Amino acid sequence: MNKQKTISETPIDIEKIRADFPILSKKVNGKKLIYFDNGATSQKPVQVIDAIANYYKDQNANIHRGVHTLSQEITVLYEKARATVQKHLNAKSANEIVFTSGTTESINLVAHSFAKKFINKGDEVIVTAMEHHSNILPWQQVCEERGALLKVVPINNEGELIMEEYKKLLSDKTKIIAVAHISNTLGTVNPVKEIIKLAHEKNIPVLLDGAQAVPHTSVDVQELDADFYCFSGHKLFGPTGVGILYGKEKWLNELPPYKVGGGTIKTVTFEKTEYADVPLRFEAGTPHIEGGIGLAAAIDYVNDIGLDKIAAYEHELLIYATAALQKIEGVKIIGTAKNKASVISFVVEGIHAFDLGTILDQLGIAVRTGHHCTQPLMAHYCIQGTVRAAFAFYNTKEEIDEFIKGLERAIAMLK
Amino acid sequence: MSIEETENEIVEEFEMFDDWMQKYEHLINLGKSLPMISEEKKTEDRIIKGCQSRVWLNSELKDGKVVFTADSDAIITKGMVALMIRVLSEHTPDEIIDAKLGFVEKIGLTQHLSPTRSNGLVSMIKQMKLDALAYKSKR
Repeated sequence: MNKQKTISETPIDIEKIRADFPILSKKVNGKKLIYFDNGATSQKPVQVIDAIANYYKDQNANIHRGVHTLSQEITVLYEKARATVQKHLNAKSANEIVFTSGTTESINLVAHSFAKKFINKGDEVIVTAMEHHSNILPWQQVCEERGALLKVVPINNEGELIMEEYKKLLSDKTKIIAVAHISNTLGTVNPVKEIIKLAHEKNIPVLLDGAQAVPHTSVDVQELDADFYCFSGHKLFGPTGVGILYGKEKWLNELPPYKVGGGTIKTVTFEKTEYADVPLRFEAGTPHIEGGIGLAAAIDYVNDIGLDKIAAYEHELLIYATAALQKIEGVKIIGTAKNKASVISFVVEGIHAFDLGTILDQLGIAVRTGHHCTQPLMAHYCIQGTVRAAFAFYNTKEEIDEFIKGLERAIAMLK
Repeated sequence: MSIEETENEIVEEFEMFDDWMQKYEHLINLGKSLPMISEEKKTEDRIIKGCQSRVWLNSELKDGKVVFTADSDAIITKGMVALMIRVLSEHTPDEIIDAKLGFVEKIGLTQHLSPTRSNGLVSMIKQMKLDALAYKSKR
């Protein structure tokens, strides 16, 4: 409590922040845009947009290859971006940071490479009932290929993992555990430190899907003792098409390459190839150079504001919106975990989420509707989909007021 | 009435509305007034899956004309479905296959035809035409 009090004494400068995001002054359907679809993707500050534009205007060359000045300069900048990510996650070494195309690719990389070496017939992989499809399908696929079993940690009605059940699932057969740090649909912040501690007691590695966590909270991979941590640039106010796989160096060194090609090698003959050391071994082809540069700019941007301040402010928005939603008749919030990020999913009795989303869109309010790529989770709650409002630090209580008014109007129309 | 005449009628109907709110209210009312199809006809093989809302479509051939019945779990989608049925139902397979359906754009509801919406409507139109094609080839 003390911590929050101190933070609210130095609040974030919301006017200044909003001015950094050009898209926030846009009108949609003739109305001022209210953007609450931050769980799907976040908006970008000028600092990120400028970094990308500047790359093409002034810095463009291929990296890791050329002897010419431009190539050397951009190589230094790209590797500096890697170091920015390393520092941001508090990874031990920049070798533990692999640039990928996003969370989905990061998970696919680990699942396929890890399975090839470590997963065999009769082995088990543990995921949870609240995972995004991207943290289910790669595991489901490798389990099918290797004859292994996919085990699922169940959740309670609040949308929290049932830890007793998790403990029961851990066995000598368990080869890896893949868990969302924060649920994209429910906003639940999972007890990942405890999950990892319990897994490590049995020497089982843990992969965390951090896609929804990095925009809301600071992550210290060493403190968590995570073996793998994945996230996407675009949800962290950076560009699309770039993401990160953090892996402990000892694990990355164990994994065979996933995609191979230019940039991943030491020597190639037609008989045999010697692959490069990590992380370059996993970065085939010309990478998303401006993506890496833009991601570093985004990380610098959130760190300038301070992720602790961001978390405290977003928590205020969450409490404010939750209270307002609970006052509307027929609204049921899906996901009421004690520890929640600024994501609210809800259903309205007798009204389809798609209809609500359509009317809100006419009012300039962008929310996400549907199953949020978590169909097994929807099945758990026996619903087809929800409306999801996910708040970022550039959102305001005034916007929440407008959203509540819009929602009431939509409900009146659709009833 | 030909398909085109019905389309023109709908366009005129929507021209009476001043703003989006009235337009959507009309669509919602159309959705509410579309006769529901019975639960046993909402079978898995007749469901048109969209990412967001689901549409069930049935058709039969009566006196050389295709008669469509449909339902959706979302009311706005159901309103769009009602419009499609009004335009296409009780026409010959050839007329249905050739229908341009330009009215959707004219009444300013094109976002419901954008593939990103994945609301089942685009797939529904495709299925209506496929059904018509199937009846045509059977003759």
